[in-house]
Amino acid sequence: MNQSHRFYGHGIPRVNAGDLGGKLIVVEGADGSGRSTQIAELVNWLETSGHATVQVGLKRSTLVSEELERAQEGNVLSRTTLALFYATDFADQLENLILPALKSGFIVLADRYIYTLMARDMVRGMDEAWLKNLYGIAPEPDAVFYLSVEPQELVQRNLSKTATLDYWESGMDLGLSRNVFDSFLKYQTAMGAAFRQLEKSYHFDIIDANRSVNAVTKELRQKIGELLQEN
Amino acid sequence: MKTFAESQFPGRLIAVEGLDGSGKSTQIYLLKRWLEAEGIKVYFSEWNSSELVKSATSKGKKRELLTPTTFSLIHATDFADRYERHLVPLLRAGYIVLCDRYVFTAFARDVTRGCPPDWVRGNYSFACAPDLTMFFKADLDVSLRRILEGRPKLKFFEAGMDLRLSNDPYESFQIFQGRILEQYLAMTKEFHFVIIDANEPVEKQQVIVRRLVSDRIELKKFKRRSPLPLPPALRQVRKEREEEDKEEDKTA
Repeated sequence: MNQSHRFYGHGIPRVNAGDLGGKLIVVEGADGSGRSTQIAELVNWLETSGHATVQVGLKRSTLVSEELERAQEGNVLSRTTLALFYATDFADQLENLILPALKSGFIVLADRYIYTLMARDMVRGMDEAWLKNLYGIAPEPDAVFYLSVEPQELVQRNLSKTATLDYWESGMDLGLSRNVFDSFLKYQTAMGAAFRQLEKSYHFDIIDANRSVNAVTKELRQKIGELLQEN
Repeated sequence: MKTFAESQFPGRLIAVEGLDGSGKSTQIYLLKRWLEAEGIKVYFSEWNSSELVKSATSKGKKRELLTPTTFSLIHATDFADRYERHLVPLLRAGYIVLCDRYVFTAFARDVTRGCPPDWVRGNYSFACAPDLTMFFKADLDVSLRRILEGRPKLKFFEAGMDLRLSNDPYESFQIFQGRILEQYLAMTKEFHFVIIDANEPVEKQQVIVRRLVSDRIELKKFKRRSPLPLPPALRQVRKEREEEDKEEDKTA
């Protein structure tokens, strides 16, 4: 596994993308799309097969995760601030986890990546070109799996899990609807549209995740298996 | 980069830039005192002061967690928060906003740290340009002396220790400040900095600053409808000035 990587844009100062080995595998999808379940399955499978893995996700950085959480509770975040706050969180994990892990030949599994962040910001009216420049720091993954689930099905899964719909996952800050149910459907539909827009520039492997957990796991394993055999 | 005036904001933004120790903070403070005494709607905003982001920045600095990229992004977040929550509404409401450092600080520092100029500028492209930017240009050794005399313990990032320019914080600070100064000077023309000679005495600089501001901005337009109560010493001054304004209005 010594195929080199490349950055989408400017990259990170003093980091040569050519030095990055390993594999960067991204799983994207809304809450309730089965992301976390699938990633847990993959880690288990990869480690059993002798691959070292590292996991990253949104709002997990040492630098700003707590502050970001607190800011979101207060509903005081304007859209540019929200975008840059999440970008800082991403950059911190990128430099402290993702890049060192790739340099050491690990398989990095990202529970969401820059695409969710970009889609969220686009739905809030941020400029796509601005976002592309901002996230030019990100290395291009070896594979991006987008777990696609119909909004109606997402509602059912979220409600059966927590009996409630998350404020931010429902886009309540956007004032799309007064009630969280309608807002969730509208927001997730808008997010789907933003992902389709991003697909024009970035390559996503769209996985039909309306199916059972096992069916999705099988498809992911097969695709990742092929990826690992390539070199 | 359009100014706030060009973007049809009723308010105006004045920024000061310069190295640490250039005396810019003193000058903008005195400018603020004057504008307040004149009964003008004025708001002051300082670089790196957002309540939302502060604890993350200080943690990052104390524990030396910041890289050039995260250093840049966390300051951009701080700026965005102040910009969206304070500056934009105040400028819409016709305030004069005074900024101790603006995006040019990031352009100079982050690029010195190795971030690509296009990337940094792109990240800040949501912000309008100041209507007036004053750059306080002191000789490098003057700025250095002011800082090094007053505060002998230099902080890690402040001294640019993350750039590994030297193991000695003082030497590192000097090299770092010198490079930032180069970046500033290279931007002077592009962003229409008005250069103020910061080697001059405080009072002399302030006279220049106040004259510049009143030449560039029609201050009368930014007065509060009901002025704040003033200390007795200043009441007479204002009264006289208001009389003058009335006279002027009549003649106009």
